[in-house]
Formats: sequence, C-alpha cells, structure tokens
Amino acid sequence: MMNRIVPHPGLSLLLVLMWVVMVNDLTFGTLFLGIVFGLAVPIFTAPWWPERPAVRFAPALGYLAIVAWDIVIANFHVAAIILFKPNRNLRPAWLTIPLELTTPEAITVFAGTISLTPGTVSVDVSACGNYLLVHALHAPDPAAEVAKAKQRYEARLKEIFR
Amino acid sequence: MTIGVPLAELLVSFLIVLGAGFALIGSWGLVRLPSLMERLHGPTKATTLGLGAMLVGSVAWFQLVRGEWTTHELLVSVFLFVTAPISANMIAKVHLHRERQGEPSAQPGPAGVPAPPPGGTDWATHSAPQLGSPGDFVGD
Repeated sequence: MMNRIVPHPGLSLLLVLMWVVMVNDLTFGTLFLGIVFGLAVPIFTAPWWPERPAVRFAPALGYLAIVAWDIVIANFHVAAIILFKPNRNLRPAWLTIPLELTTPEAITVFAGTISLTPGTVSVDVSACGNYLLVHALHAPDPAAEVAKAKQRYEARLKEIFR
Repeated sequence: MTIGVPLAELLVSFLIVLGAGFALIGSWGLVRLPSLMERLHGPTKATTLGLGAMLVGSVAWFQLVRGEWTTHELLVSVFLFVTAPISANMIAKVHLHRERQGEPSAQPGPAGVPAPPPGGTDWATHSAPQLGSPGDFVGD
C-alpha cells in the first residue's frame, strides 16, 4: 500500500526539496505544491525505474564531503598544470580501471566522480561492463593513478551501494 | 551578523574575481593544451570552482547586503555537477568514433588511441552491451 502511493520515497523527498529551493520561499502553498509534485512525478515515471538500488545514507554523506573537497583540490591542480606545465612535459594517458561495482547506478556515480576530480575524465565502459576507460591529463604512472581511484572512491562506493 | 556593507562588498568582489580567474584559466587551457582529450579537462574542472566561487559570492551578497537568503545558487551548482561529466563523456565518445573512422580532423593526441579492454571485448560505444552486464536492457 505504502509502495503504491510512494514508490520512491527518496525521489519524492528530493523533488519536494528541489521545488522549495527553486521557488526560494518556504510557505504552506509552496510546500503543498512541492508535495503534490513529489507524489505525482514518481508515480508517473515508475515504469522507468525498474529497480531501486539500496543506498546507505551515512557513508553517502561522508562520500559527498570527500568528493566536494577533492573537487576544490582538483581545480587548483588542473589550474597549476594549465598555467605552469609546458606541453612537452605533459604525460596524458588512457587508464583502464577494472570495476568491482556491478550496478549501473554505482558505476554511474563512480564515472561522474572521476570526471569531476583531479585531472581525469571518464570516457566509456567496456561492453562486458567490467572496465572503465578514463583519460588522465597528467599521469606519469598510470598504474598508481588507477589504484588511487579504486581505493579512494570505489572502495567507498562499494560500502554505499550494497 | 551584519559586518558592514563595505566589508561585505570586499568579500563579494574577492569571490567574483577568484571565480573569473578560474574561468579564465579554464579557457586558456582550451587554447594551449595539445589535443581534444586534454582540452576536455579544462572546462570540466577549472571552471567548476570558477562558477562555484561566483555562486558563493552571489549568496554572500544577497545575505550580507540585502539581508535575505537565496537558494537558487544551490540548484545551479547541483545541476552543473550533474551535467558537466555527462557532456564531457558525450564529447569524448564522439571523439573515439571519429578517431576510429580515421577522420582527418580527429587525430589521436599524445596519449594515443585507447587500447581495447582486456578479455576480447570492445568499449561500449563501439559495440552493444553484452547480456548480463550492468548496461544490458534485460528487465527494462
């Protein structure tokens, strides 16, 4: 019964929050309309959400904090490379990261994180879903770069999506 | 709470100049990096903090000078963080295709052409997802 009315509680909450933030005003009317959207949208889009990944929220918050910090660091890192490293000293490389994550949601978050953090952009997954193709702006030691991404992000994501 | 308008304006100006500086560095990266794949790194990163600093400046101005809270900046940064990796991903995939087709304008950069993944398969942009992989369409 509860599942019929609120098929995706997390999505409903996110929609209400987004609506209040977008209108930028916390009154009864805003909240009411937000709740109407929060209830209606998940019901009408339910066919496109076949599975709901189980997410553990406490490690997810810690993960967000780490990624936010890394994004700030990544900006200074890339800015320094752009300003001070001549092209002849630049060592761009393709990295192939073997994936231990198995759900599409977890792999998507991992790929997005890689794109937003130090000098790496994720490009593609393999057709078998076991490898991620990543381009690194400056990676003199590609194996170390792969190990870093795996232990800093993937290990934590395995805790969140399981 | 009120720290005086001149001080607030100083803070906001600093944040705007910082943001503009990062946006400028990101754009300079577009000009000077050797090939398309390297150039992708500029706009996905250096510009993120550039926009972030400007948004914090906007929040600070509304709060300290006008005395009201705004939340729109939060929404802007959320959508930026969701869309920036996806557009970079799309551009990179198109580049892989053009490279493989031997388009004269899509030369491999200093990193060369990416090696295929181990196990005799190919990257998903060149071949359909295999059955049983996370990207297949079984059950959708």
